[in-house]
Amino acid sequence: MSKTTEVTKDITILFAGDSGDGIQLAGTQFTNTTALFGNDLSTFPNFPAEIRAPQGTLAGVSGFQLRFSSIEIFTPGDICDVLVVMNAAALKANLKQLKTGGIIIANSDGFDPKNLGLAKYPASVNPLKDNSLEKYKVHEVDVTKLTKECLKESGLGIKEIDRTKNMFVLGFILWMFNRDMDNTIKYIQDKFKKNPAVMDANIKTLKAGYHFGDTSETFTTRFQVEKAQLEKGEYRNIMGNQAAAIGLIAAAERSGLTLFYGTYPITPATDILHELARYKNFGVKTFQAEDEIAAIGSTIGASFGGALAVTASSGPGIALKGEAIGLALMLEIPLVIINIQRGGPSTGLPTKTEQSDLLQALYGRNGEAPVPVVAAYSPSDCFTTVFEACRIAVEHMTPVFFMSDGYIANGSEPWKFPTADSLPTIKAVFAEPRNEGDEKYMPYKRDEKLVRKWAIPGTKGLEHRVGGIEKEDITGNISYDPDNHEHMVKTRAKKVENIADSIPLQQIDNGKEKGKLLIVGWGSTYGSIKAAVREAIEEGYDVSHAHIKYLNPLPKNLGEILYNFENIIVPEMNNGQLVKVLRDKYLVPAVPFNKIKGMPFSAAEIKEKIVETLKK
Amino acid sequence: MSETIEKPYTAKDLETDQDVRWCPGCGDYSILKQVQKVVPELGIKRENLVFVSGIGCSSRFPYYMETFGMHSIHGRATAIASGLKAARPELSVWIVTGDGDALSIGGNHLIHILRKNFNVNILLFNNQIYGLTKGQYSPASEEGKITKSSPMGSIDHPFNPLALCLGADSTFIARTMDRDPTHLREVIKRANDHKGTSMVEIYQNCNVFNDGAFFIYTDKETKAVETLFLEQGKPLIFGEGKTKGIKLDGFKPVIVDLTDGTAASDLWIHDETDRVKAGLLSRFFDNPSTEGHLPRPFGVFYTEARYCYEDALVDQITTTIAKSGKGDLNKLLKGGNTWTIA
Ligand SMILES: Cc1ncc(C[n+]2csc(CCOP(=O)(O)OP(=O)(O)O)c2C)c(N)n1
Ligand code: SF4
Ligand SMILES: [Mg+2]
Repeated sequence: MSKTTEVTKDITILFAGDSGDGIQLAGTQFTNTTALFGNDLSTFPNFPAEIRAPQGTLAGVSGFQLRFSSIEIFTPGDICDVLVVMNAAALKANLKQLKTGGIIIANSDGFDPKNLGLAKYPASVNPLKDNSLEKYKVHEVDVTKLTKECLKESGLGIKEIDRTKNMFVLGFILWMFNRDMDNTIKYIQDKFKKNPAVMDANIKTLKAGYHFGDTSETFTTRFQVEKAQLEKGEYRNIMGNQAAAIGLIAAAERSGLTLFYGTYPITPATDILHELARYKNFGVKTFQAEDEIAAIGSTIGASFGGALAVTASSGPGIALKGEAIGLALMLEIPLVIINIQRGGPSTGLPTKTEQSDLLQALYGRNGEAPVPVVAAYSPSDCFTTVFEACRIAVEHMTPVFFMSDGYIANGSEPWKFPTADSLPTIKAVFAEPRNEGDEKYMPYKRDEKLVRKWAIPGTKGLEHRVGGIEKEDITGNISYDPDNHEHMVKTRAKKVENIADSIPLQQIDNGKEKGKLLIVGWGSTYGSIKAAVREAIEEGYDVSHAHIKYLNPLPKNLGEILYNFENIIVPEMNNGQLVKVLRDKYLVPAVPFNKIKGMPFSAAEIKEKIVETLKK
Repeated sequence: MSETIEKPYTAKDLETDQDVRWCPGCGDYSILKQVQKVVPELGIKRENLVFVSGIGCSSRFPYYMETFGMHSIHGRATAIASGLKAARPELSVWIVTGDGDALSIGGNHLIHILRKNFNVNILLFNNQIYGLTKGQYSPASEEGKITKSSPMGSIDHPFNPLALCLGADSTFIARTMDRDPTHLREVIKRANDHKGTSMVEIYQNCNVFNDGAFFIYTDKETKAVETLFLEQGKPLIFGEGKTKGIKLDGFKPVIVDLTDGTAASDLWIHDETDRVKAGLLSRFFDNPSTEGHLPRPFGVFYTEARYCYEDALVDQITTTIAKSGKGDLNKLLKGGNTWTIA
């Protein structure tokens, strides 16, 4: 049987199965291989809330979407070309994501009566058998049986054999897209080095999957996606939370400070803790506290002691930290608060993405409590932006919010990583020791930016007291004086406003400086907006895109930019938050465009909105 | 901690220029004075001293100590001190807290700092009332306490603070009181000498909202019979003219009269390292109005040598670096797998 190879520019695959099926692992391995090959790529893992939701049910479906291409891309794809499903529930939950004419690769064993029942297909209905999938190219593969067959002499138990199913699928997909197995084999050898039997089994199954593609008669077409023409340089693949962790270490190195990371586990922020806990060789101190209040408390203590202190959580934990953020603000010490947002309110949608904590970051504290806020817009941008959060915190002696969300935290993309030397240095200004006879230390004396010095314990002659009670200007003594209070509130606000002098001006990401329509986004909507606006411009629409990274203080020129457009649309994965801020601050008729489904916008959704607005 | 200090300082040097604002007659004054008196004897550089407090009358304490200090938020001093100590193990960190601050809003952080065993000193000013908010019952107030928030008497069963701390695997627990300056200083010294979290409960009179809560332990007429001063290796003896002792009948402490010929050698000998006995001692907590009640112990109940959190934390870092070298940022940025686009 002869096989043909079809060259294509851009492929989106969705791997879906039970959360126990090893789907995420297969997806990640394929991603790494395709990254090494030199494709542009973007991934989107989609987890169920329960680690092991009942097997075979719709609630238990875990997905890993990967888009890779020879052209530049910005999103993990609106719609899939290939859908790999390990069972009936996975098909049912994801079929709407597949394009007409798309390929389905179905593990036929996952479509037995039991699985069909669990997926809530009516009795005696099997979508693989009833022609309901006519619009697609369906390939049934009995992965379970083939895996068993391949390992029948391995001496492994049924359960262990079953666990290698994902490798069969991975091997097959590698074949289908003309990728070699070396990288995955290396990974397996490393992962199971202590268990040779399991290592061999996984490699064997992987190869079996690959060769199955070669020999099976049903598959006649392989696909080839050439290398992408990205900017020249050296690349690696990176996930958002990983980038944030590395960014923190880089900031510690470039400021000469010790990184202290105090946190309490919560999805989807915990992976930063996992990552940092591995970097003891960088002197990183991680502290798993008893709750989020203790977590931020510990970082306030560490910061008071002169460390680069960082705490992280998601919405519910950030809510608990509110009072302490106010304290850090009164103490005027550096602190980075990471919020990896998820669906809210309350426990909300723990594993789904949302951007609904912007107003919490901006306003969610008692009293007049301004805190700088920056937001990352893509997985690799988490590095740059968290680094920037550290810079602002240290150089302006203030708590700073770094916002990310589940979508970019778990998503990945190629990253043209910087060298250490190319990163800016962060300058911590410590108060100098004093000798007897020197004048008394004034802890709340400020420089021209209104920033006070970092006066850390252990420094001779700097003994002083700080606290949450309003303090007298300059001396820092307790003061209930009405004029002083007003002065201090204004001073703290001005201090944050002054940060606008040290941040870049707002750029138009794409499109003209002046025109009919401006799409204003923040955070993880970047890729979808970028792709949509690019397409619309190509088609002749008068639309531009600006993406705000600095949400407080806002860039100084943002008003001018907004005033240059007749219409402003603000797409957000919330019920309209940035749009409120823009309307309030600039009195512009900005219009919200919301999606609150725990899923990112597709580029098509935004494009449609652009077209609809401009056609009116 | 016995580092050499260039220039010794005195109690006077530890006073700040701020007016002390506790109510006249408040027990906090005496504690402040004794702390200022004893700290210069501990051999700690003044710039290495940090007092961290929560919120409450007692928590104003750092403002009156010419050291580094932080008056933080309600209940969280323990958490803040943990982070400070983790970041800067060489500092001498002191936590000042009240019964509401430590046992109510900060209860969670208290038990966790105890089990983690940071090398810090906790001074818990127990006045069995919320002083700063003007007199509501606290988790240390006795059942039936009439306060503004419990006009018919409190229906809350109180904590036994030291039993709680022992339950959280505290490595040092002691009790003292505002009105016994010598004992107070002695216990603070012992607390500071202990490596690990030292929990010192200090009975403190709030003369405005809970006046006399501890008078039976401080008044001349009752002090001798109601208090039991613990000394390492010494029998448990108390009472007017030291005429009473405590003996163990199995696990049951019984009061014996030393005048009827019971020998001191038959008595319970105090051993600070005995966890079981410390548990029994912490339960000498009867309401003093009950017939045949045991006296209230003061002094060091229990000490245990256990590794401190910050030491283990630093140790993991130094062993990692010794084994595999200091981290290289360029390598970290690069990660495992890269590709080049030419
Ligand atoms: C978050 C928060 N809740 C409540 C208060 C009000 N408050 C201040 S002090 C206090 C109780 C203090 O009692 P305690 O710790 O026993 O200290 P004391 O005043 O008796 O020394 C309360 C409830 C507060 N400051 N912050
Ligand atoms: S209210 Fe009580 S505890 Fe507070 S200062 Fe006055 S006497 Fe002291
Ligand atoms: Mg109290």
